[in-house]
Amino acid sequence: MQRIQIIAIIVNILFVLYIARLIVKGKLREEYAIVWVICTVFLLIFSFWTEGLELLSRLTGVVLASNMVFTGFIFAILIYLLHLSVVASKLHNNNKKLAQEISLLKEQFDKYVSEHK
Amino acid sequence: MPGKVLIVIPCYNEEASLPSVLDELHQTTLPGGYQMEVAVINDCSKDNTVAVAKKHKATVLDLPVNLGIGGAVQTGIRYAKENDFDIAIQLDGDGQHPPKELEKLIGHHMESGANVVIGSRFLEKEGFQSSFLRRLGISYFHWVNRVMTGKHIYDSTSGFRLFDKAAIKIAAANYPDEYPEPESLVLFSKAGLKIAEVPVIMSARRGGQSSIRSFGSLYYCIKVSLAMFFSFIRKP
Repeated sequence: MQRIQIIAIIVNILFVLYIARLIVKGKLREEYAIVWVICTVFLLIFSFWTEGLELLSRLTGVVLASNMVFTGFIFAILIYLLHLSVVASKLHNNNKKLAQEISLLKEQFDKYVSEHK
Repeated sequence: MPGKVLIVIPCYNEEASLPSVLDELHQTTLPGGYQMEVAVINDCSKDNTVAVAKKHKATVLDLPVNLGIGGAVQTGIRYAKENDFDIAIQLDGDGQHPPKELEKLIGHHMESGANVVIGSRFLEKEGFQSSFLRRLGISYFHWVNRVMTGKHIYDSTSGFRLFDKAAIKIAAANYPDEYPEPESLVLFSKAGLKIAEVPVIMSARRGGQSSIRSFGSLYYCIKVSLAMFFSFIRKP
């Protein structure tokens, strides 16, 4: 096994452990963790099976295997960023509704209090 | 039974101009025997907007976080819907929209039965007309609106507008957050509402700043054009 493989595997395992810790502590919701877990699974597979990368790049016509890794990951990151924007938009809408609801309730409450003094 | 009108005043740091606007409003009588209630929506101001508004006997809707003009106006619209108002009129807190012009909006609504009435600066060239670039942008939106709604709306960025019950219902459910004026017209026209424009005379603002300033104006054009386009192709 090459030195770079060992380093990749160790980093991967640390990463998985960190994700697990975040989930256990309730700082990361499972639905957002899925992507990261899948990423690390891919990384692990190709850390052990380096010929697989060569094979895949030959199949897809990519000259350098490392270029395929970069392309694949950049694409995955873009998709994930888009997903995060969707999440942010949803939160934004929910936040707006809550703020409006609070202001309306506060007004009702103030009115009620001043009527029942 | 006389109908009820809610005056929706979205405010962000308007303590300087608000008292005179509210005083003028309280002295105004509306046509058609309409009863008026004034709601000041405080969009998380850093000054004493809330205290000033309460002192001048306005209903205060105090937002805990800053939502931007669209979110603030929608809060007022939702209040109008929940309390069964017949008409809601948005009026800016900076003194640009003189309360005495309210009767023109309401009068036009009663005459024509339009669901949305916009107070327009441009039908007659009177009063405050704003800068050249601003007017360029406004004629651009006139064109976009004509393409998307098939209607001639000259002052689609005017925030001085009347919503009737049908429009209140739609805006309470769906109103854009940022720069809502031109985009909401696409929404209303897709919902089959009748939009009308009536000439009003506006003043230069007495305090505060426009939400659209030099650097933001390009962003404004792009954002609003995109938003209008997507409202246009979205299924109602």
